[in-house]
Amino acid sequence: MRHLRWLALLPFLGMLGGPFVLNRVEPLVLGMPLLLAWLVACMLATSAIMGVIYLTDPENRDAGGER
Amino acid sequence: MNAALPIIALAVVVALALGLRARGGRDMDMEQWTVGGRGFGTGLVFLLMAGEIYTTFTFLGGSGWAYGKGGPTYYILCYLTLIYVLSYWLLPPIWIYAKARGLFSQPDFFAAKYDSPGLGILVALVGIVALVPYMVLQLKGLGIIVATASYGAISPTLAVWIGAATLTAYVMVSGVRGSAWTAVLKDVMIVAVVVFLGVYLPLHYYGGIGAMFAAIEGAKPGFLALPERGQSAAWFASTTLLTTLGGWMFPHIFASLYTARDPRVFRRNAVFLPLYQLMLLFVFFAGFSAVLQVPGLTGADVDLSLFRIALQTFPPWFVGVIGATGVLTALVPGSMILIAGSTLIAHNLYRPLARGATDASTGRLARLTAPVLALACVGFTLHGGETIVQLLLLGYGIVTQLFPALAASLLPRNPLTRAGAIAGIGVGVGTVAAMAATGSTLASLFPTLPGPVQDINVGAVALALNVAAAWLVSLAGRGARAPATTGSRRVS
Repeated sequence: MRHLRWLALLPFLGMLGGPFVLNRVEPLVLGMPLLLAWLVACMLATSAIMGVIYLTDPENRDAGGER
Repeated sequence: MNAALPIIALAVVVALALGLRARGGRDMDMEQWTVGGRGFGTGLVFLLMAGEIYTTFTFLGGSGWAYGKGGPTYYILCYLTLIYVLSYWLLPPIWIYAKARGLFSQPDFFAAKYDSPGLGILVALVGIVALVPYMVLQLKGLGIIVATASYGAISPTLAVWIGAATLTAYVMVSGVRGSAWTAVLKDVMIVAVVVFLGVYLPLHYYGGIGAMFAAIEGAKPGFLALPERGQSAAWFASTTLLTTLGGWMFPHIFASLYTARDPRVFRRNAVFLPLYQLMLLFVFFAGFSAVLQVPGLTGADVDLSLFRIALQTFPPWFVGVIGATGVLTALVPGSMILIAGSTLIAHNLYRPLARGATDASTGRLARLTAPVLALACVGFTLHGGETIVQLLLLGYGIVTQLFPALAASLLPRNPLTRAGAIAGIGVGVGTVAAMAATGSTLASLFPTLPGPVQDINVGAVALALNVAAAWLVSLAGRGARAPATTGSRRVS
């Protein structure tokens, strides 16, 4: 499952590329300007992606657990 | 006398008490003082890393930028998320290498990786130079907070002196453990205060967050997005990327990773720290709420916007609570900076140059260096005129130059030689200094480039020259050295 780590490129793509296409105020999404709402969505997605990577990374799966 | 000052004073006393208590009868040798015995778990490392990154910059500068610049502020949200993505892969190999060799500081790491004490000294110098603006920024923030919250009873100058004295006392007594425990107090307070301000201010003045943004868009169309030129999308992407690369290169942040108990701490934190950055959103909301309520602040004064609107909205005791939170956001990173800076001076400058230095004498010197360093920073604070943001960007511009040599050293086969690393860092830092001194931008250097390219952060030029110099010198060195298998030891 190590190939899942490539998902980590998505936050970079979304946050660095997003402003080029979504640089608008309206429509407001959940009360926030569109660009801000997009970046916040990227943050939430980043946390989820890092969670998936953490859980599937064999490096974290040895017997020890929290020492 | 008003209710605000005693509350701020109380916060300082509590922070000092926590620092003393955190010492907990431990013998404060170098290992305890600078890296907490390498025994911190996920929670403490989380708070230490979050604590260093949530500085006065986020509290005053973040809201100030939202107030003064609008859309470009969002970059803070992005780079603080992306540095944790990077940390997942960057920090564990550094930690493992450092643990195996008992390293204390960032220059130790470079010196060991490149087998070059000279490179260690260079990295220490770069680190100290970058720490000074970062420290000045915290002291400036302290001055603003205390002066505003005292309703003028304490001058900013006096506030800077009090803050620096508190910091120094605190650092000399407790070392990094005190910082970690104060970070706990600070983070509880800042989350509560920031979320409250970010929700209450828009609600109170506009009837809600959506209504606030609609009102701002009505009054200043496009303010909440990026401008076409200047701080455009190209500026946004390049600045976010550069600060992401530089984020871990600050000596005090780099050193904090040594405090971890095991490398999995970083991987776990990489999952949760991006969520924690959502707090910034409320800082922005608070800053944006000031746009139409306390108009007219310009230049360096935008850093005052949060306090101006707080003064206008809340009774003195609550201004005191906000002030106390602000003071803690300066104390935690400030103490980490002092610890890292004095460690750099004692361990990485004094020790390699002075023969016969022992662990004990180096440790003692590190603690005695702290007040001297604090004094120097007070001097710069009182005599420099830059805004918080200029200072931060200068510090980042400098430390980012360490990234290529670090990243290369983590590869299975390091493409850079010792001389290459030294050349790259030298050229990069030199370029940053030259551009800061002349105020250059890509637009002024290359007026013929197309618009979006001109908006790219000028730090990219320094980084590109850095990589080019490092690579060319490495190639030349390798070619010249090819017949000899080991190569002579070249220092600086």
